[in-house]
Amino acid sequence: MQITETLGLLLALSFVISLLALTILIWAIANKQVHTPDADDARTIFEPGEGADTDAPNDPHHFNAARAGIDASSSSVVMWLIAAAVFWLIYGSLHGLAASLELHLPDLMSGTAQMTFGRMRTVHLNSVAYGWASQGGLAAVCWILPRIFRTELRMTGLLKTGIVLWNIGLAAGVFAIANGWTDGLEWLEIPWQIDIVLAAGAACFVAPLIATAKHRNVHHIYVSGWYFLAAVLWFPVLFVIANIPGVHHGVEQATMNWWYAHNVLGLWLTPLGVGAAYYFIPKIIGKPVYSYALSLVGFWALALFYSQVGIHHLIGGPVPTWLVTLSVVHSVMMFVPVIAVAINQHVTVAANLWALKESIPLRFISFGAVMYTLASFQGSIEALRSVNTITHFTHYTVAHAHLGAYAFVSLVLMGVIYQVVPRATGKYWPFPRMIAWHFWLNVIGFAIYFFSLTIGGVLQGLAQLDATKPFADSVTLLKPYLEGRSLGGGLMTLGHVLLVINLIAIGFAKKTRETETENMVAAE
Amino acid sequence: MNRYLPLAITALAILALATLFLVIAPGMQISAQGPTSGLKPYTEAEARGREVYVSLGCLYCHSQQPRSLAQAPDAERGWGRASVAGDYAYDAPHQLGTMRTGPDLMDIGDRMPSQAWQLTHLYQPRAISSWSIMPAYPYLFTHKDKAGPDDVVVKLPAKYAPKSGVIVAKQDALDLVKYLQGMTRQYAPPKDGLRDNGYALIAEKQREATDATKASN
Repeated sequence: MQITETLGLLLALSFVISLLALTILIWAIANKQVHTPDADDARTIFEPGEGADTDAPNDPHHFNAARAGIDASSSSVVMWLIAAAVFWLIYGSLHGLAASLELHLPDLMSGTAQMTFGRMRTVHLNSVAYGWASQGGLAAVCWILPRIFRTELRMTGLLKTGIVLWNIGLAAGVFAIANGWTDGLEWLEIPWQIDIVLAAGAACFVAPLIATAKHRNVHHIYVSGWYFLAAVLWFPVLFVIANIPGVHHGVEQATMNWWYAHNVLGLWLTPLGVGAAYYFIPKIIGKPVYSYALSLVGFWALALFYSQVGIHHLIGGPVPTWLVTLSVVHSVMMFVPVIAVAINQHVTVAANLWALKESIPLRFISFGAVMYTLASFQGSIEALRSVNTITHFTHYTVAHAHLGAYAFVSLVLMGVIYQVVPRATGKYWPFPRMIAWHFWLNVIGFAIYFFSLTIGGVLQGLAQLDATKPFADSVTLLKPYLEGRSLGGGLMTLGHVLLVINLIAIGFAKKTRETETENMVAAE
Repeated sequence: MNRYLPLAITALAILALATLFLVIAPGMQISAQGPTSGLKPYTEAEARGREVYVSLGCLYCHSQQPRSLAQAPDAERGWGRASVAGDYAYDAPHQLGTMRTGPDLMDIGDRMPSQAWQLTHLYQPRAISSWSIMPAYPYLFTHKDKAGPDDVVVKLPAKYAPKSGVIVAKQDALDLVKYLQGMTRQYAPPKDGLRDNGYALIAEKQREATDATKASN
């Protein structure tokens, strides 16, 4: 009992530390103890006199001569990352779709071990998390950081080495998983021997991005920079610590597992998506975000609260009560950073709805930003013990995971790709109407996906809580919802194919804006 | 927020704090518990079977953590008592799981001890339960014209049986079944096992509240 009290005290302590830190921050901002980011700081992303950056026909995108050197330094790195990311998006989508089909057509592909559900699903997760979202996010980082710092991207050779290592490591990891060699923990399946290559690849990203920050020519670090610079430190640390072999076993390993897995979302993919949205929403619209001071609270509250939510994946499990409660409380506290970000991003868009018509990339990005708000609200509520007891072991969780990783992160990153590629290559998208088709296929496909699994998941959970119903009921009732998921997933995958067609076509297209090319050469 | 170094240090300090609370502190508390008394390490065959379980990704549909009666009727389904941290002392990698597309397997050895049942079910789950959506694992078996003296033949209904010859379990299938058969906890339940008692505490508080209302009436 003694030890329980000590740990209860620790729990209270952790929460008090988080709250205290946040209170001090708010006090400091209110009393001007720290330099509060203000409207001028929010405008650091604009050149003097710069307006909206849409690709509307009457407002073709401009290419700023002053920035041309920056473009030249980052373009090829960004294009490498985008090409690799989109490859893994397709590879991962096809595996996701196959895994989805297997759940309602179990004898469809049961001939080989490589194609069994447990491996298909795992290849899907690793491909989209580490191949698509991570590299798509890094593409945004490598594009945005030099711009907000008004300096060239540094050490691009090392960055390219990192990209090569990361993709070799990931390909080897995915091949290993498909063939049955796995470390066996969710999100940490890639064997640790292969993780060494991935860790080396990740390390290659840290120095160049820090060097770029060191050479910045602006006084203020724009909010996207906080998220990106913190995330590029957080991820390598998380990845290396979690993959050290032989340290943990049993339930200790389970808490480590979910500390890692939820932090990959909270301290890696989320900052990449939020940071990208914080840059592109005001940039495309041509007006600064609504309340820039609020972004500081949003950032630090995310770091404090999001980093401790992971154990809500083990609610009702064989882990200490205080630990579960700690994660539940921090999950609920996530309302603070999420509302801060929501006010900044959504109010900016809501006041400039015209821009959604003019810019399809903005449509993707701001749809994604709204989904971040919804996914986080849902996550906070889902972590409550009363709700979690229904949803915990069901497909509801899968729907929630895709609301965050797909509707939020992936849609933001697709918007980033549509916005950045023309500017990195000096070409226009050959099939602009296909971009709109992609958007609607993804939105409609995802809606079918999400509502199928959400409704199905709740029914599955309720059936399993009802002792009078045999377990079989929870399986049979799920079937139509699993079919719905395959339909939605199929539409989403089709949207991704349209992206690939456009991307390949733009590769073969001629440069259309000669003046920009001249500026790029002249600035070098 | 204009300087890089303070940002980096604070960001990493926050991650260190989270690691202390989510990994280091619970790790110390859990390892102090040790294995539940009576829990035996895996035999060689069971350990090999567990590797097959991990490599095929059974984890993604089956949990190994029955919940308490205060939360869910897992025990009423015959899935066993609520598990405690010490029950997993020999598990690496842990396979607690987060999904129940299929049932919890913590006590599958108690429920389904028959090797014949398990082999048929692995070869073709729908030969046993028509509603099942579990994958079939035909590659854990071989098709032979005639069974050898040491071969374990899989019993199959006519619908799923080969036209001629027999289906024989490979070593991987036999090991996997050994692992599943070993999934029992026939040792005495621990007294002060470590687990999330949140639901029991909530139920207790609710009982106290009802009692208090009754008393005041």
